[in-house]
Amino acid sequence: MLYPCGKTESRSRRGIVLSGVALFLLLLAPAWIAAQTADTERPVPILTGNAGTFSFVTAGQNVIDTQINPVLLVPLGDRWLIESRAEFEGEFQRPLNGGPYGGPVDKHVDYAQLDYIASPYVTITAGRFLTPFGIFNERLYPVWIRALQPDPLILHISTAPSDGAMFRGGFPVSAKANLNYAAYVSVTSIGIGSVDSERHVGGRMGFFFPGPRLEVGGSWQRTLQDDRKNAFGFHMGWQPARMPLNLRSEFAHSFEGSGYWIEGAYRLSQAHFWQKAMRRTEVVARLQQFYTGEISPDGAETLGLPSADTREADFGVNYFFHNALKGIASYGRQFSSAGNANQWSFGIAYRFMIPLGRVGSQP
Amino acid sequence: MKLNLHGTTSLLVLLCALALASSVFAGSPAKGKDASAAAPVVHLTDGDSMRVAGEQRFRANCARCHAAPQKFPPRMMGTILRHMRVRATITDEDQRLILFYMTQ
Repeated sequence: MLYPCGKTESRSRRGIVLSGVALFLLLLAPAWIAAQTADTERPVPILTGNAGTFSFVTAGQNVIDTQINPVLLVPLGDRWLIESRAEFEGEFQRPLNGGPYGGPVDKHVDYAQLDYIASPYVTITAGRFLTPFGIFNERLYPVWIRALQPDPLILHISTAPSDGAMFRGGFPVSAKANLNYAAYVSVTSIGIGSVDSERHVGGRMGFFFPGPRLEVGGSWQRTLQDDRKNAFGFHMGWQPARMPLNLRSEFAHSFEGSGYWIEGAYRLSQAHFWQKAMRRTEVVARLQQFYTGEISPDGAETLGLPSADTREADFGVNYFFHNALKGIASYGRQFSSAGNANQWSFGIAYRFMIPLGRVGSQP
Repeated sequence: MKLNLHGTTSLLVLLCALALASSVFAGSPAKGKDASAAAPVVHLTDGDSMRVAGEQRFRANCARCHAAPQKFPPRMMGTILRHMRVRATITDEDQRLILFYMTQ
């Protein structure tokens, strides 16, 4: 959707936003100056992130996906944090008429945000941030974290980066339950390489029960233009204490489409044979389904969604060489009215962590 | 579509007001009643108890998303925990106890 306003109005709006952000930072400055930590305990800036290279074979077509996602973390005082993640991703494949692998390299900033921990209950975020719709986009997206490398079919429903402000936090509501929430407003959401824009508000709320290690929650988003569409979703995660199982699920519904995924990842540490290798091995299964919405097939593909109703089952195995390096392999079968296909993936994912300053000794 | 400038301005004013309120109240002690009564938080001070509680919170919170990382120096863990507090909306108490556990 093209941004239809004139240059003058756009500049005026940008000026108001920048003035507001400047005033916002000015108001928070006293708390920052007042709260400082001793030098020996002061958190140090960190360059972290992950890198990976994968081979995705879909319906016989091989794509080599190589990516690096650096994350910069800069703590300021006791309550502030600047954090940003960029993505550099190359998708290389062999031309149909033969020849060497080649393809585009995508570069963009996923988020660049300023966080202020205002109180035990509220953290205020301003800038570009990951939209808190469901849990995959914010928490499970990095390649070293996700249990299966292929994206869930519903990943791109209401998860485009937001540009604006957000209030979020987590706090105990009883001895057995924590509440977590996020409420945000996005003034513009500008697509990479385009001038698309959108205004929306939304929120997410969840309850985490530390005893049974169960989390359930829901998300909502409303666009503030055109037909003012609503989107909503639910999520859950469960890690039973008695077994190394991680069960997660999401459901999402919007005018762009609807669907769900449910995934179980089981670490084989309870196996009584080859224990050294088994405790480093994780098996994964995911079932998912997607239903097309009110947008055209071309529109769906542009957003990264399937262009037809789709069902998919994936099975995978991960081997952790150590906690920051893992090898992955998976097989999936996709059933769609646009055609069925097998999907294979193989690869390796690595997480790095580099301090940008003196850190002293390790405990 | 025509942008609603008044709406945007109102929103920014509201955010600034909330930010100012947070700045004022974040550093001031609770008046009239014990601040700890506002939420059912257990303030552990004993080292061993904090370590045990920290490990429990670590297993409950961090394992929700990823495999257990190794321990890093305290100045790195402080940054990592602050990042995770925002990203995973873990509580203030959980952040404090996990930081203690991960830096022992």
